[in-house]
Amino acid sequence: MTESVPVGRGGMEAGRASGAQTLQDTQFLTELRQQMLKFARLQLRDDDQAEDAVQEALAGALKNADSFKRQAALRTWVFSILKYKIADILRYRQRVIATSELGDDEHREQAFMDGLFDSGGHWHKAERPSSWSGPQGGVHSDHFWRVFDACLNGLPEKQARVFMMREFIELESEEICEQLTLSTSNLHVTLYRARLRLRACLENGWFEPSKAEEVTP
Amino acid sequence: MMDCKQATRLLSEQQDRNLSRREKFALKFHVFMCKACRNFGQQMGTLRDLARSYAKGEGNTPRQSEDSNSNDK
Ligand SMILES: [Zn+2]
Repeated sequence: MTESVPVGRGGMEAGRASGAQTLQDTQFLTELRQQMLKFARLQLRDDDQAEDAVQEALAGALKNADSFKRQAALRTWVFSILKYKIADILRYRQRVIATSELGDDEHREQAFMDGLFDSGGHWHKAERPSSWSGPQGGVHSDHFWRVFDACLNGLPEKQARVFMMREFIELESEEICEQLTLSTSNLHVTLYRARLRLRACLENGWFEPSKAEEVTP
Repeated sequence: MMDCKQATRLLSEQQDRNLSRREKFALKFHVFMCKACRNFGQQMGTLRDLARSYAKGEGNTPRQSEDSNSNDK
């Protein structure tokens, strides 16, 4: 019963030795560890807890490593374990975060919204979302992910935290509300603001870089 | 008629809760008329897909992390 192979991931018929080989690839492991640390730190904002989560996730994943033929499949699997670890830590973390600490700056948000929409509630011309189906669409290059990282890092603290809980860890709305003592409408508006910012940032930084220059002061 | 601010708010909330029949109807009408909000709606789906990929480790190339200034032989 120790052979609890994760279902539906990696070619499990692929066979022996491949997983072990993957694990002997120290460069791959080192890189994987770094990737995981970065991901965990981003969300936990606590180096020790991030280290612990990564350590546990790796240890847990490596037990089943033999069932993975490809490094990519192993990485996906390890990250899914890491997500559970992060969710656990967030769940058990004391809810001492004062509501004020997690507050959004309402003046800033008002100014942000005024920058996007006119007084009638319609998009300012320069801010209208464009189609992302152009030549840059579907590109998941390193460069793209650097832009994505930068946009994520540009989010205000509360928005980033809530967005990551919802979209990275895939917690349900109710659970996020409970953990952060947020009202449902507060959660919704926070996610809305985060998405408005992220999409604008991605559009200017990646999908339609020319658009950023058109914006008049 | 619903304005873009309201429409985008619902397009975001749609990812987190079920909209009421009335909301859906008004939203559908707005999006039909408004290309910008139509694009916004598609981007919400893309954003979710991107986040899922990122959380699978796709977006975390080690090169870009600040503590990777170390040597690679
Ligand atoms: Zn609109």
